[in-house]
Amino acid sequence: MPAEITPDTVRHIARLARLQLSDAEAVAFAPQLSRILEYVDQLGALDTSAVAPLNHPIELFDVTRADEPAPTLGADAALRNAPATIEGHFRVPKVLDSGA
Amino acid sequence: MRIGGFVVQPIIGMEIHVQLATRTKMFCGCPLEFGAPPNSLTCPVCLGLPGALPVINAEAVDLAIRTGIALNGKISSTTRWDRKSYYYPDLPKNYQISQFDHPICYGGFFEVPCEGRILKVRIRRAHLEEDAGKNAHDFEGCTGVDLNRAGTPLLEIVTEPDLESAEQAREFAVQLHRLVRYLGVSNADMQKGQMRFEPNINLLLMREGESWRTPIVEVKNLNSFRSLYGAVNYEIHRQVEAFAQDGLTAQVGNKSNRGWDDGREVTVAQREKEEAHDYRYFPDPDLPAVRPDPARVAWLREHTPELPAPRTERFISEYKLPEKDAPALVDHHDSADLLDHAAEAGGDKVILGKHFLSFWSKLANERGCEIAQLGVTAASLAELANLVRDSVVNATAAAQIAGALADRPEIPPATLARELGLVQSNDRGEIEGWVATALAENDKAVRDARDNPKKRGAARGFLTGQVMKISGGKADPKVVGELIDELLANDEPP
Ligand SMILES: [Zn+2]
Repeated sequence: MPAEITPDTVRHIARLARLQLSDAEAVAFAPQLSRILEYVDQLGALDTSAVAPLNHPIELFDVTRADEPAPTLGADAALRNAPATIEGHFRVPKVLDSGA
Repeated sequence: MRIGGFVVQPIIGMEIHVQLATRTKMFCGCPLEFGAPPNSLTCPVCLGLPGALPVINAEAVDLAIRTGIALNGKISSTTRWDRKSYYYPDLPKNYQISQFDHPICYGGFFEVPCEGRILKVRIRRAHLEEDAGKNAHDFEGCTGVDLNRAGTPLLEIVTEPDLESAEQAREFAVQLHRLVRYLGVSNADMQKGQMRFEPNINLLLMREGESWRTPIVEVKNLNSFRSLYGAVNYEIHRQVEAFAQDGLTAQVGNKSNRGWDDGREVTVAQREKEEAHDYRYFPDPDLPAVRPDPARVAWLREHTPELPAPRTERFISEYKLPEKDAPALVDHHDSADLLDHAAEAGGDKVILGKHFLSFWSKLANERGCEIAQLGVTAASLAELANLVRDSVVNATAAAQIAGALADRPEIPPATLARELGLVQSNDRGEIEGWVATALAENDKAVRDARDNPKKRGAARGFLTGQVMKISGGKADPKVVGELIDELLANDEPP
């Protein structure tokens, strides 16, 4: 059984995902998320000790490209959809650089 | 060490970001150039536009494998890609593609000569990831984001906490920097941020039979050996003081990040973002796993070059290079190879070493290239060294021949020596004539050499020089010395 999702956990996840939820939504989503996890948790009943882990839903490996330059969009096109720009940069609210 | 009444044992691990020397980004074909106009080197992939599909740069994977092998690491048979999620303006997708539980390399070690012994630093892992963009703060009231750097391939190397001092941390960094440049996997230009260090530091403190561990501090983004050394040293002292005041010990969850203030030479606490470490890694569905070709890995393992530190030691003992000069010669990989090839071609090792550090280096310098790029073959280098060994030409003449060789590398050194009239004369009769002339022209030096024990050495040297000059550099200095002694002995004082 997965741990039950509490409204606090919902608020925590929402904050990480930059979602704004009302208290009523957090309370409503908690049991729903719990049920989803319970549903997925049924897989835990299977014995997978002899099954190789799946790396990717499509059994595809080693899709790579050669180290060859390709055309870029260029600064004008790159910035065209930006809500605001400043001297060729995307303009965002002032941030303190903590070197994330 | 002892600080403030405690016996202090620092425990230091390192995370190092190395920018790989590819032409293009990790997951798209945008070229990597430093200093291009902001956002000019971008495409839908590195801008994080919806629907864009990243594709792995095969060369970055190969460079990572080469580094992993040089660090004595194991290469994963299957390596996977994960999303590390966090929000920051320079991270357009809101996640960084990295490797979480299947890094390309794991479980290695790196040996570093330090304080007269070999320090073995275990490598926990090395994984590939993409760099973020850059935030520009020099705007009034806002921040500007440049995504040219976004998607640059990085190899993050993580050590076990095997370092115990600022000196060791710096020496490790210096040798790792040498290694990646030597392997050609990174240009590691520190000024361009192509190699960045993040030491994790805490202390084991002991006093009167009790011991404590201070909370771990990670110092972020150090981009010089000096700042790395300064930051580690500062942290060691700061943590002792902090413990004396607050008594806090290392606990799960109380690791903190600090930055280095270069001007004030102190570390400063970084404002902790709440939940900053909840990265929610999960496999990136856009990227299939990579299975490095076992044949390629085996070939690379077999062909790993001799690494800079042991090669330096060998050069010092085999070529008798001075300790201070050897590293620079080794770091020019091709020139170091050329020296080895010249020795294999039969050249006298000690003389080759001397030639490399003297006139070959000088010639390369003058021409703004490395010795290997002068175009002179290993066979010619060896032949010239042996002309000196066999006293066919003297050291001064060898430098002249070297200059001629750099211009006409296809001509054998012995031919050039004859052409330039630099073949030494072993003809005692001929040399005796030159010596006699030199003695006749330098009365005072003759008297000093013969009668004044204090000036004898200098006067003899001067006379030898005069003979060489008269002979046009052709006289064999050994024969000259013998003849000077002979003639002086016969030349009884009046
Ligand atoms: Zn791109």
